[in-house]
Amino acid sequence: MKTFTYAKANDAETAVRDAHVSGAKFIAGGTNLLDLMKLQVETPEKLVDISRLPLGEIEEREDGGLTIGALVPNSDLAADPRVIAKYEVLSRALLAGASGQLRNKATTGGNLLQRTRCYYFYDTATACNKREPGAGCSAVGGFNRVLAVLGTSDHCIATHPGDMPVAMRALDATIITLKADGDKRRISIHDFYRLPGDTPNIETVLEPGELITHAELPAPPKGRQTYRKVRDRASYAFALVSVAGVVSVEDGRIASAALAFGGLGPMPWRNAAVEAALVGKAPSDAVFNAAADILLADARGYGSNDFKIPLTRRVLIATLRDLTGE
Amino acid sequence: MNEMTMDRAYRPARLARAQQNVLGAPVPRIEGPAKVSGTATYAYEGAEAGTAYAAIVGAPVGSGRVTAIDTAAAEALPGVIAVIHGDPRMVTGGSNSQGIAHSGTDRVFHYGQPVAIVVAEDQAIARDAAALVVVHAAPGADRFDRNAQPVERDHDLGFLPAIDIGDLDVALAAAPVVVDRSYTTPVHFPAALEPHASTVSWADGKLLVRTSNQVIGGARGTIAKALGLAKEDVRVLAPYVGGGFGGKTGVGPEVILAAIAAEKVGRPVKIALPRAQTAYLVHHRSATTQRVRIGATEDGRITAFAHEGVAAQNDDASFLEPIPFGSLPLYAGEARRFRTDLVRVDLPATGAVRAPGEAIGTFAVECAMDELAERLGLDPVELRRRNEPEVDPVNGKRFSTRRLLDCYDEGARRFGWADRRKGREGDWLIGHGMAAALRGNFTVMAEARVTLGADGRATVETDMTDIGTGTYTILAQTAGEMLGLAVADVAVRIGDSDLPASAGSGGSFGAGSACSAVVLACEDIIAALALRMNASPEELTLHDGCVVAGGRSVALADLLHGEPIVATGKTGPGTETQATSQASHGAHFVEVAVNAITGEVRVRRMLGVFDVGRVLNAKTAANQLIGGMVWGLSYALGEEAVVDTRNGHFINPDFGEYHVAVHADVPRIEVHFIEEIDDSANPVGAKGVGELGISGAGAAVANAIHDACGVRVRDFPVTLDKLLAGLPPL
Repeated sequence: MKTFTYAKANDAETAVRDAHVSGAKFIAGGTNLLDLMKLQVETPEKLVDISRLPLGEIEEREDGGLTIGALVPNSDLAADPRVIAKYEVLSRALLAGASGQLRNKATTGGNLLQRTRCYYFYDTATACNKREPGAGCSAVGGFNRVLAVLGTSDHCIATHPGDMPVAMRALDATIITLKADGDKRRISIHDFYRLPGDTPNIETVLEPGELITHAELPAPPKGRQTYRKVRDRASYAFALVSVAGVVSVEDGRIASAALAFGGLGPMPWRNAAVEAALVGKAPSDAVFNAAADILLADARGYGSNDFKIPLTRRVLIATLRDLTGE
Repeated sequence: MNEMTMDRAYRPARLARAQQNVLGAPVPRIEGPAKVSGTATYAYEGAEAGTAYAAIVGAPVGSGRVTAIDTAAAEALPGVIAVIHGDPRMVTGGSNSQGIAHSGTDRVFHYGQPVAIVVAEDQAIARDAAALVVVHAAPGADRFDRNAQPVERDHDLGFLPAIDIGDLDVALAAAPVVVDRSYTTPVHFPAALEPHASTVSWADGKLLVRTSNQVIGGARGTIAKALGLAKEDVRVLAPYVGGGFGGKTGVGPEVILAAIAAEKVGRPVKIALPRAQTAYLVHHRSATTQRVRIGATEDGRITAFAHEGVAAQNDDASFLEPIPFGSLPLYAGEARRFRTDLVRVDLPATGAVRAPGEAIGTFAVECAMDELAERLGLDPVELRRRNEPEVDPVNGKRFSTRRLLDCYDEGARRFGWADRRKGREGDWLIGHGMAAALRGNFTVMAEARVTLGADGRATVETDMTDIGTGTYTILAQTAGEMLGLAVADVAVRIGDSDLPASAGSGGSFGAGSACSAVVLACEDIIAALALRMNASPEELTLHDGCVVAGGRSVALADLLHGEPIVATGKTGPGTETQATSQASHGAHFVEVAVNAITGEVRVRRMLGVFDVGRVLNAKTAANQLIGGMVWGLSYALGEEAVVDTRNGHFINPDFGEYHVAVHADVPRIEVHFIEEIDDSANPVGAKGVGELGISGAGAAVANAIHDACGVRVRDFPVTLDKLLAGLPPL
C-alpha cells in the first residue's frame, strides 16, 4: 500500500472541496478500495473519508419513490421493508452480492462504483488499459471466463461486477451528486456509466471530486420483479450472468418490461430494443427467443467466456417465463 | 524410553481394559476457547519491541536468469531498513516435502521466485518498497504450458515406482467390456486460511523461528541446513497453525530469507505472505492428465486395471504427485498397470496438497468405475462389492484391517441408496452418486514424553502440531485414558521443536503415531506406579486420578510423594508394517441437484462411512472427515488455479476467483464410522483420518451430476459451462 494522506469530512461540501485535488478518492465502506490499495491497483494520494456524512437515511418521497442516502449499507437497503415490498428486484440483487460481512460495510454510493474483477486488472505485473491507460489489454487472448461479451472494445473487455446497480438500472434510478463547485447534479443511471472505448480507465461520467450523495428510485413499477444471478458457487462469487427483470402483463399481453443484465458488459446492461420486442406481445418462448436474439445480436465471446452467450439466452427465457407465467 | 517398532500386531493391555472412557469420546477441542477468544497466539501475532517487517521481491519473469537488481528506489523510501539480495544462502524454493531446493543460484525456475527481501519499519512500507525494487532479467525459453511439453516416462521423481503386473494389453483385448477414459484435474492451491507467516529472531548465534508449519522437526533441520547451522541452534515454534493442507509441510523460502534479513539488520523480523504471493512461494498440487482402463467380464469382474497419469514439476523440486497411489489396492484384477509420468514446466513447485495421489486419482478411477457400472447395467455399489480383493492385489500382502464392504453396506443403508430416485423438482434435476475412498496408512517414527506430576496431573510433550485437527485434545485423551485422568488433568505442550520428535502433521500419520508414543510412555509410568503399589501393572486399575490394586485405592498425588514420574515413549514402523497392506477406507454417497436451465450444481447431501481403525475422538475425527468431504465438493465444483501460459502467472491467486466452497455450497454432511482397532498399524490402533474424507468425494459428486443430468464431465472442476450443452432443451 502506498502512503496516502487522510482527511475526515463532516459535511458534503467540505468533502468535495477536499477531494478536488489530483489523486484524491472518497472512502466510505472501503470494501473494494482498500483491497485494491493493498494490491497497489489503486494508489490514491489522498483519501477523503465520507463515512460520517449524514447520508445514511432512506426516505420515501411524495411521488412514492425512495431517496437512498449514499452511505446506506447494502444490508440495510436490502432489509428495508419498503424496498422488500415495492422494489423486490433491488433487495434480491443486494442479497445476491458479496457476503453478509461485506454487505454490512459496503455502501450504496460505493457499490455503484465497484471496480471490475478482471484478473488482469488485479495483477499489476500485467498490461491493463483500465489500470494503466495505453498499456494494452491482457484479457483479450488471455483467460476471460468472467469477462464481458457485450459493449467491449479492443482496449478492454472487463465486466462491471455489481448486482445492486443492475437492479437500479432496471428500476430507472437517478443518481444525485454534489460537484466540487457546490452544484448538484441529477444523472440518470442510464447515462451514468461509460463504455470502455479507448478510455476504459474512465468508467462513469463523474467529474473529479464529484460525490454521489443519493440514489433515487422512481415510484414502484408495475408488475412482477425478480433478480436471477448465475455464478460459479452458491455465494460469494460474481455473476457469470444476472438478470434484473420487472415485467407486467395485462390482458394476456406484456404491458411493460424492464430488463437489465449483470456479468455481460462493462456496465449494468440494458437494451431498450429487447424490451420493445416484448411489449404488446403475448408471452411465448418464440417472443422470448426473439428478445434474446436482439440482446445477443452483437455479443462476442473471447474464448473462455463464450459460454455466457448461450447461458444468457437460457436464463433470459427462464426469467421471462417466471415473470409472465401464471 | 519405552520404544516399540511395529514388528508384531500389538494392543496395549491397558487400552483394552481402560476405565476412564475418555479416549474416543467426542471431547471438544481443549484449545478451542483460546482460539475463538483470540488469545491463541499465531505466528504473525505478538512481537517484541524493535521487530521489523519484511516483504519478498519476486522474479518478474518465469524463466531465464536475473541479471541485476536495482534497489535504489526501494532504499530511498522512508522507513526502509534494508534491501537484501545475493546472499548465497538464499533459497529459490521451498523444501517441498522432499528436500531442499537449489540455493544461491540466479536461475529463475518460475515467475515470482524470491530474489530479494526488503526489511522496513512496518508491513505496508515493506510491501511498498518491494514493489519498487527493479529486477532486471533475461528470460529464457519457457515451458508455461504443461500440455505442450514432452512427457518423460523415464524419470526418478516421486516415491511411487511404476507397477506392471501381468499382461495388461492381452487382458484388455480379452475383456468383454472395457472402459477407457481420460480425465484431467487442474492446479489446486493448498489454500490455508492463515497465509504463511513467520517471526524470526537471533540471540547468541541461535535462531528462533515462530512460524506456521505442519512438521516442525523437519522444518528445524531444513532451516539449519539452509543457513549452515547446527540443528541445536535452531528452535521452531508453531503452537497454532491456521490450516496446512500440505502447503506447510516444508519450509518456505520466505523463512530462510527472513532469517538472513534478521541477521543483517540485527532485529527480529516478521513476514507474512500476501495472499497472491502464496501462489508462487508455496507449492501447489500439479494439474494432471489421467487415463483409466478397466477390463471386466460381463458379470462385472475386473480382469485388467490400469491407472496412468502425467504430473508436472519444475527443475527446482523433486516431488511428483503419486497419481495412482489410492488405486493400487482398491480393486481386484489380475493384470495391473500404474504409473506417473512427468512433464517439466517453468511454474512454481508442485507438492503434497490434501491427499496427494488419492484426492485426484480417485476422481478418475471412481468415475471410470461408475462408467463401467453403467455399461454393465450394474449398481455401482454391487460392482465394487464384486471386486473387493482378499489380499493386496499388487503385492499379495494381507490387509491389516479392511472394512470397505461394511462401509458400502452401512453407507448404502443409511443413505437410502436402494430407494434413490432421480427426477426433477421444478428446475432442478436430482441425481445420486457414490464412490469408494481409500487412503494409505503410514506409521512414522514418533516420540513423546509424559510427566505425571507430583500433583497427580499429567503433561504430554512432543513436537507435534495441531493444524486445526484436534491434536491437543487427542493427546490429552490418550494420556487420560492410560493414566485414569480426566482430560482437564492433562496438559499438552506441542509445537516446539525442543520437545521430543514426532512425525508432525502430514500424510494422515500424525495422530496415530503421536498418540502411540504417548501410550508407550504411559506404559512405563504405569509400571512405575505398579512398583509403588506392590502390584503388577496388569493388576492396576486407574481412574479419576486414583490407582486401585489389591483392594487399595490411592490418589496419584499421594503415591508420588512429591516426585514426578517422567517417561518417554517411541514408536515407529517395523516388520509388521512391512508385512501388511494398510489403508483407511470409506464410501461416499451424494445427492446433487443440477439446474436444468443453467447447469448450476448444488450438492444436497453427502454421507460417508469410514473405516479408520480406532477413533481417537469421535468429534474431531468426524470434523476432519467432514472437512475432507467439503474439499471434495470444492474441487469437484470450483477449485481451479489457472495458469496464463503466456507468462507463467496464476491469474486467480486469491479467494475471490479461486473458488473454494463457501458455506452456502455445503449441505448437510453425515459421517459414520466402522470402528475396528488396527493392531498392526500402531500401538493405539488408529489409521489415518485427515486425508480420507477428500478421497473419492469429488468422484461421488461427479457421478451424481451425471446421474442427474446425463452429462459426464471428465475435466475437473465441473463448472456449469461444461454441462450447458447437455442440458435438456428449454
